[in-house]
Amino acid sequence: MNINWFKYSSPQTFYPLAGKMIPWFAWLAAILAVAGLYIGFAIAPTDFQQGEAYRIIFVHVPAAWMSMVIYIVMAGWAAIGLALNARLSAMMAQALAPTGAIFTLIALVTGSLWGKPMWGTWWVWDARLTSELILLFLYLGFIALQSSIDDPRRADRAGALLALVGVVNVPIIYFSVKWWNTLHQGSSINMGAAPKMAATMLLGMLIMALAFWMYTVAVALMRVRCIMLERERTSDWVKELSVQGIAGVKS
Amino acid sequence: MQWESWSAFFNMGGYAFYVWFSFGLTALCMVWEVIALRKRRAEALRLTQLLAQD
Amino acid sequence: MLAFRRRSDVATTLFFFLIVSSLFPLGIGPEPAVLSSIAPGVLWVAALLAGMLSLTRLFAADFADGSLEQMLLAPQPLALLVLAKIFAHWLICGLPVVLLAPIIGLQYALPNDALLVLVFALLLGTPALSLIGAIGAALTLGVRGSGLLVALLVLPLYIPVLIFGAGAVAASQHGMSSQAHLSLLAACSLLALVLAPMATAAALRISVE
Repeated sequence: MNINWFKYSSPQTFYPLAGKMIPWFAWLAAILAVAGLYIGFAIAPTDFQQGEAYRIIFVHVPAAWMSMVIYIVMAGWAAIGLALNARLSAMMAQALAPTGAIFTLIALVTGSLWGKPMWGTWWVWDARLTSELILLFLYLGFIALQSSIDDPRRADRAGALLALVGVVNVPIIYFSVKWWNTLHQGSSINMGAAPKMAATMLLGMLIMALAFWMYTVAVALMRVRCIMLERERTSDWVKELSVQGIAGVKS
Repeated sequence: MQWESWSAFFNMGGYAFYVWFSFGLTALCMVWEVIALRKRRAEALRLTQLLAQD
Repeated sequence: MLAFRRRSDVATTLFFFLIVSSLFPLGIGPEPAVLSSIAPGVLWVAALLAGMLSLTRLFAADFADGSLEQMLLAPQPLALLVLAKIFAHWLICGLPVVLLAPIIGLQYALPNDALLVLVFALLLGTPALSLIGAIGAALTLGVRGSGLLVALLVLPLYIPVLIFGAGAVAASQHGMSSQAHLSLLAACSLLALVLAPMATAAALRISVE
């Protein structure tokens, strides 16, 4: 393997590469989503206890998984960006954050829509829902910090440090919330622990999670392209690009 | 196939609101995100073109 | 020296703590049973917020008069200097709250042993608040709207301290041992003591460059 990673890590070369990658990931996401939805709605059997309402897990669980995965990936990019002083990785971290926040929000709302028919309330202070709420705060903090610092270099690095601090804290927060939850609630409500989940249900969930993953990659690449255009507006390669755009050449 | 008819499918065993709201919201968020990003890109390109023409 | 330079900070912090914790009985009603059951949470939340008030000023004055840059260039490790600043902040804004808390606890009809646990828990937990808060203060140095931003960044990270701290007091109220909570609280503070000065030093370098 002798790939020149540094060549691809400059915005100038990454911009067209990302443009080529986006349709692939978008199509993969669409195909996987159709397959996942088909399994989720047509093949997976009705749940004994929860009836048809359980089918919400086909969006709820993948969204919750992605919200956590994206935070970890974001912190990973942030760490690389800080260690190697690489512009692209910081931009990737910045591009991932809004998508992660959206998935967190989806997980929260669908969790509450699942809770209403199952437990009779829109919200329970369940350990998972509570941690998800705190994760949303962490995402919003990251986005707010980056957007309120004008100098992009400083915004990148400050955001990266915050993401790292956050990722160290996430396990501690999760543990403390779980501890708090067992003290105050006992084990009366145990969300998501399905004792006998049919294999098709699990498969549907996994495929939907993969679909969300591919969607995330596609959207993050789209956003990173926007960020590059906005940041490097005055650089030569962006100017060339826009001249091509005027001439009608699509890139 | 799990469903006897389309209406049974849409009814979701009485949980139609919860199930379709969840899926609808997720789809809406994703579509909105993609549209917003396309707009953002178009706007960014427009601005760079303005800069390039100067 | 640092501590006395900011005498008004002590007053503001204490006054804020006092006011916030006096608002709850007015909003909820004066029944002692209700008050003593919400006391651990309310007092801890009030302590979190009071400690946060002065966070933005932790490095602001040094940043404005350029002595922060001197600190960055100083031969001593930056993390150590930062630790000294944080300790000063805790002396100004943490310790007074710890000392005032039992008096407010009395207003909340807390029994004596719970009061003792409250003081002990605050003593163990408030250093973690100053330590974690310093990271937020350093990251938002010189940023517009930094006061609100610090709250947004730092409050989610305060949650474990809040849970273990309030849990310790609640456990002692229910006649259980609060030792597990207190040990976890001490663990949080120790971890923050090790990691936060380094993170704060890194954040300061980012913000000042």
